[in-house]
Amino acid sequence: MPRESSVVQRFLPFISLAALFVILSIASPYFLTATNISSVIRQTVVINIMALGMTLVIVSGGIDLSVGSILAFSGVVGTMTMVSTDSVMLGILAGIVSGALWGCANGLMIARMRIPPFIVTLGTLGIVRGLTLVISGGLPVVGLPKEHGFLGEGTVGPAPFVLVVLIACVILAHFVLHSTKLGRYTYAIGSNEAAAVYAGIPVGRFKVAIYAICGLLTGLAGMIETSRLMTGQPTAGVTYELQVIAAVVIGGGSLAGGEGTVIGTLIGAFIMGLLSNGSDLLGINPYWQQVIIGAIIILAVALDVARKRRFAS
Amino acid sequence: MLLELSSIRKSFGGVHALLDGTLHVDSGQVHALVGENGAGKSTLMKIVAGMLRRDGGEMRWKGASVDFAQPADAHDVGIHMVHQESLLAPHLTVAQNVFLGRERMRGFRLDRKGMIDGAAEILESHHFPVKADWRVETLSPAQKQIVEICRALHGNPSLLIFDEPTSSLSDAEASEVFRTVRALRDKGIGIIYITHRLVELEQIADHVTILRDGRTIQSCPAADTTTGEIVHHMVGRDISSSKQRHKLPPGETRLNVSLPGVQFELRAGEIVGMAGLIGAGRTEVCETIFGITPAESGTITVNDKPADIRSPNDAVAAGIALVTEDRQRTGLAVDLSIRTNTTLANLDALCTAEVVQVSKEKAVTEQLREKLQMQADSVEQKASELSGGNQQKVVIAKWMFRDTDVVLFDEPTRGIDVGAKAEVFVLMDELARQGKAILMVSSELPELLQVADRILVMREGELVAELPHETTQQEIMHHAVTQ
Repeated sequence: MPRESSVVQRFLPFISLAALFVILSIASPYFLTATNISSVIRQTVVINIMALGMTLVIVSGGIDLSVGSILAFSGVVGTMTMVSTDSVMLGILAGIVSGALWGCANGLMIARMRIPPFIVTLGTLGIVRGLTLVISGGLPVVGLPKEHGFLGEGTVGPAPFVLVVLIACVILAHFVLHSTKLGRYTYAIGSNEAAAVYAGIPVGRFKVAIYAICGLLTGLAGMIETSRLMTGQPTAGVTYELQVIAAVVIGGGSLAGGEGTVIGTLIGAFIMGLLSNGSDLLGINPYWQQVIIGAIIILAVALDVARKRRFAS
Repeated sequence: MLLELSSIRKSFGGVHALLDGTLHVDSGQVHALVGENGAGKSTLMKIVAGMLRRDGGEMRWKGASVDFAQPADAHDVGIHMVHQESLLAPHLTVAQNVFLGRERMRGFRLDRKGMIDGAAEILESHHFPVKADWRVETLSPAQKQIVEICRALHGNPSLLIFDEPTSSLSDAEASEVFRTVRALRDKGIGIIYITHRLVELEQIADHVTILRDGRTIQSCPAADTTTGEIVHHMVGRDISSSKQRHKLPPGETRLNVSLPGVQFELRAGEIVGMAGLIGAGRTEVCETIFGITPAESGTITVNDKPADIRSPNDAVAAGIALVTEDRQRTGLAVDLSIRTNTTLANLDALCTAEVVQVSKEKAVTEQLREKLQMQADSVEQKASELSGGNQQKVVIAKWMFRDTDVVLFDEPTRGIDVGAKAEVFVLMDELARQGKAILMVSSELPELLQVADRILVMREGELVAELPHETTQQEIMHHAVTQ
């Protein structure tokens, strides 16, 4: 009964998240407080928004290792624009656009020069980080307008403003991946690129769009990061790419392409966020937190592989 | 007698691959095994090499009855198969490939020198023009073939099986392989040589056995037969009783192909067959027209308009569809649903401002599913869960929905059962009646004769003949195999 099992499979990340939530509520009296919950949201939102873009990339059968560097680049370019123009909006826009342009560059190299995405983005990981340090002189961008703090730390009624941003991004990403032509082709390319080419789809053009969207969301995440820190850090986002990829994979994305959902990724990111928050609350040594998160990644994929093997024949 | 096979039978899931495989091979003899694609040659040889087990019949080796459960059992008695070059590790040296999987050791270390010397010894004793420390990726196809032979020779074989060793070689390289085969025969090794290039028989075969539809039809010394007789035996089954398609008067020219060595036209309402041996360049013609490997020179026009086709995207836009020969690899995204696959080539028609109108999509797919009588639970079922015939219907549905003027079918009946074949022919006929032009590439001559209005024959990358539909299998084979 393959279909029954895939229902369980589909909900497995959600069940895990719910279980984690219940366990933490019981284990720590501080967990289920408004302060703690909004702090979890604020802490995970950056990874979460980046992971939405990464979901598209991974579903298409690709990978983007450069998102951590792009996050820093966008943050620095955005804050520098902000400082020189004294306009928050212009700064945020500059950050988002610069992220999208780097995504575009990744996509063009992958599609036109036919270099594997792992190699292209490993290269841009270094290039973009280096350029970020060059333009900032290695120093954080400071003196940001006070209003910029609203993006990352502001509230709307009882809710953090970033939650509104996150929900909007999730709805939009879900819509793109599930209801548009781009989303359909993303699954087709990841599932069988040759068949997509043979169906007459201009696969290269769509790959560029996919990486550009990933860059764009990373640019937005970069601006949120600068708003939370109130500086533009050229060293921000180091190793974020790994957390982002982990969120997608825990949420059911397959690095072989063709599989993954926006909702799954959202859950994957929250699982990681809760693990780290819960470990803090329960006083677990942060060194051990890394061990736990690493083990969860392997466990999540192991379950997925076991399921596929069982239903292969 | 070295090897005696009597009435070997083998079937795969109800399909009979072999009904009566009979073959006797002596030492110091080159025994050619010929037959059409699908005649059972490879199945029979895989049984001899221990890669498959027979369902029935008798196999005797040097007089004693034998049964091989795995290739190692066949190796142990001295039977080796020379595989095609693709089974070599290109980044390793000749010596490393020869000893792959049975490395010589010196304690815990690899005995590098011993293996290079061992490989060199084999190479020198046969005067092979290859050195043991050369990397395999730098070798020509013929030299790679020699490395495969060395792998087999390393086991001191009494019987070597060659599976179409020259299919990817040039004439000069092929004669190098012939020389090697003759030298091995002269050393007393028995050789079974599978081929479908009949011209080779005169040069190399001592004895010829012809398989057709899983049965041994004839076995005789090569000197006692002629190419004409062999062709007759290869295809001599009764022409299928199915009726010839009712031909339409051809309409305006849909596709005009003018490539070096390949010129033809397809007209509205026509189904044009394309015959030829495997490797004759039929698939390459389709892939060039479809923009997978764009033409370097020559012209293609669709509906009298020149089409500059650099990619499948261009081809589809110009009005050309391709039903590929490999559904799993290029025809379908098998992990996606019937619905997704059906609409993939024409999603624009279902989009309003880039958003897919799913309800419209479902209706369209449902309609096609009914029309093509796909056996599936629903249009949401994954393509991988369908039978070959139903998968092929999904591919055809995809192009019906795109509604192109030209449809190229590459081996449309491969891997599908008889009932589904007939349904595919009906669909092709219907497409032709809608005024589309159809090209049907097929290795199944009876099917071509039944469906096609005229038949193009390819040989070694060139279009060598155009025959009317009243032609015979003998005539087609004659053009396909002879110079």
